[in-house]
Amino acid sequence: MADGNGNTPLLQVKDLKTYLFTRYAVVRAVDGITFDLKEGENLGLVGESGCGKTMTGLSLLRLLPQPAGRIVGGQIIFDGQDILTLDDDEFRKLRGTQMSMILQDPMTSLNPVFTIGDQVGEPLLLHQGLKGNGLKDKVVELLRLVRIPVAEVRVRDFPHQMSGGMRQRIVGAIAMSCNPKLLIADEPTTALDVTTQIYFLKLMRELQQQFGMAMIWITHDFGIVNRMCDRIAVMYAGRFMEIGPLVEMFKRPVHPYTIALLNSVPRVDRKVDQLYSIEGQPPDLRQEMVGCPFAPRCSRVKPICREQYPDEVVLDSSHKAYCWDVK
Amino acid sequence: MTELLLEARAAQKYFPVQKGLLFAKTVGHIKAVDGVSFSIEEGKTFGLVGESGCGKTTMAKCILLLEKLTSGQVFVGGRDISKLNGEQLKQYRGMVQAVFQDPYSSLSPRMRVRDIVAEPVVVNRRLSRKELKERVTEVMGVVGLHEEMGNRYPHEFSGGQRQRVAVARALSLSPKLMVLDEPISALDVSIRAQIMNLLRQLQAQYSLSYLLIAHDLAVVRHMSDQVGVMYLGKIVEYADSNELYAKTLHPYTKALVSAAMPSEPGVRRDEIVLSGEVPSPLNPPPGCRFHPRCPFAMPKCSEGEPALVEAFPGHKVACFLHSDKVAQPEATTVSSNGKKPS
Ligand SMILES: Nc1ncnc2c1ncn2[C@@H]1O[C@H](COP(=O)(O)OP(=O)(O)OP(=O)(O)O)[C@@H](O)[C@H]1O
Ligand SMILES: Nc1ncnc2c1ncn2[C@@H]1O[C@H](COP(=O)(O)OP(=O)(O)OP(=O)(O)O)[C@@H](O)[C@H]1O
Ligand SMILES: [Mg+2]
Ligand SMILES: [Mg+2]
Repeated sequence: MADGNGNTPLLQVKDLKTYLFTRYAVVRAVDGITFDLKEGENLGLVGESGCGKTMTGLSLLRLLPQPAGRIVGGQIIFDGQDILTLDDDEFRKLRGTQMSMILQDPMTSLNPVFTIGDQVGEPLLLHQGLKGNGLKDKVVELLRLVRIPVAEVRVRDFPHQMSGGMRQRIVGAIAMSCNPKLLIADEPTTALDVTTQIYFLKLMRELQQQFGMAMIWITHDFGIVNRMCDRIAVMYAGRFMEIGPLVEMFKRPVHPYTIALLNSVPRVDRKVDQLYSIEGQPPDLRQEMVGCPFAPRCSRVKPICREQYPDEVVLDSSHKAYCWDVK
Repeated sequence: MTELLLEARAAQKYFPVQKGLLFAKTVGHIKAVDGVSFSIEEGKTFGLVGESGCGKTTMAKCILLLEKLTSGQVFVGGRDISKLNGEQLKQYRGMVQAVFQDPYSSLSPRMRVRDIVAEPVVVNRRLSRKELKERVTEVMGVVGLHEEMGNRYPHEFSGGQRQRVAVARALSLSPKLMVLDEPISALDVSIRAQIMNLLRQLQAQYSLSYLLIAHDLAVVRHMSDQVGVMYLGKIVEYADSNELYAKTLHPYTKALVSAAMPSEPGVRRDEIVLSGEVPSPLNPPPGCRFHPRCPFAMPKCSEGEPALVEAFPGHKVACFLHSDKVAQPEATTVSSNGKKPS
């Protein structure tokens, strides 16, 4: 889907570091990641629970939990602008119109005391200046688009009166309503059954074709990755282990962690007694890491892995890995 | 012979829809659950799947007594749960645990995670402080959370970590029945496998029963003994898990199974995309509720509602392609497999 004109990417992230400063410790949630994204491109961001995917997304939108979350290093260049240098007002405008995010937990982005109609309408009122019946019609249209049945009646309902999947689709509708250039979707379909999921993904594709929207898909669901993404980035303990084109990564994954991760994907087409899971636990992000963070669980570990973080191995211009055992 | 642990008979839950602010009057009902019957045997898993908004969570909430059925009954251990009170009710709440769909809103924000996980045990059982601490550490360990994380508050966790806290909490008591509403949807494949393996191991060990609601068909298939497919408040197909995947009968189930996501990039299957408007739970379509979207719809499908009948031994389906029998209202109280609750 990328435009392929060779012009500068829509988004460039350079050595981004996001730490969370809590009472007792510093959590190194994102610890130096670098990537870029072209207009209309779909990047999948995958990795075990707690590895920093959500914090990566929240950093790009400057929506980190406060007061704990801070970007402590690196650069984020969006559409030619270094967004970390913008003041809050300038950035808020950008966030409402050019970039948006579907948050992982729908209830955190919906306010329990306002109706669905009010919440879907708010950004349209603020950013597109819609009012009265025009606003009402647009709200109902958006809800229909994400397949909320009898939308004209249900605009009056509150979030708790919606099913889990409906809430998730409503949050999706809000994020899409401003036709952003960049949409970060954090587990956007976890509460959707497969047929609704397919419909939702098709809708996203259409919007992308129409508006050239680029997307970052944060997901554990390789079905979505396979369907939607052009490239994937595999994250572990706040860092990227490997990034490359989708098919290439599936056919020839090079990093031991990528290989282990792909091995544990369950399949509908066969039933097994025991599912494969990666031995051991991901590291505690509050400890400063020396060497490769995957080393303690890695079957191909070498002495150097425990001492020094691996250099970038460029397999080809778009496929990179960070591993001492990859040539 | 295995005993039935739970049986739902013609369960129905309607939510009133009101209009007007000051003088609200009821203008209709959302028929979230509309005559659902199924049963769960001791030590078995019943999987419930179906389109978003078809009433799965509402059914689960009725079992947990968080919502009251409009009509019909749920029996657990042979007792009508709506008639429990006093000590029996307390006992019931202890023997049934749940993992809710929305983990964040179900975890109390002001409690440390350690106390959240310990709460069901503290309420229901007498353990020494040391035993309690061991128990909490143990269940947190099995869901892959470091012991130290117990000191944190829920907002300091990632989405998947929160979901695991909810699973650990439900496991802490070793209940008889667990209602699992999308328990692992936010988890990565590795932890997911770990938790699924654990759930099955606990089931074998303690003869636990599970009601599993999940949209991931691979997960449902892996975990369930029997599966019920719901569409707009009704069960339309019901069978042993292996049988259901091998011999799908209902057109809606076919669409669901065909829509399963590719497990490798580039492998595209012919999926049946459900076209047409999503039906309204306020005014469900007449006849078979699926007929407006069904590729095989016949004239009679919009006239009468097909009954849920046994097409093959133990395999029930509500579809005129497989039986001409028309549903009689209120006649759906026979248990799924003819057994009476224990
Ligand atoms: N507010 C917070 N305070 C302290 N630590 C936090 C906070 N929020 C998240 N963390 C920690 O930061 C790390 C990264 O969290 P993040 O939410 O980015 O994970 P994730 O990759 O999105 O995981 P998941 O797949 O489970 O959603 C986790 O280990 C988490 O425990
Ligand atoms: N408290 C309530 N008040 C009014 N309507 C409700 C309430 N709770 C649920 N509903 C409605 O009942 C229907 C069924 O909802 P339910 O949450 O049971 O669906 P579900 O099958 O769990 O869907 P999902 O897969 O999206 O979670 C929906 O139309 C929902 O909006
Ligand atoms: Mg997350
Ligand atoms: Mg639900």
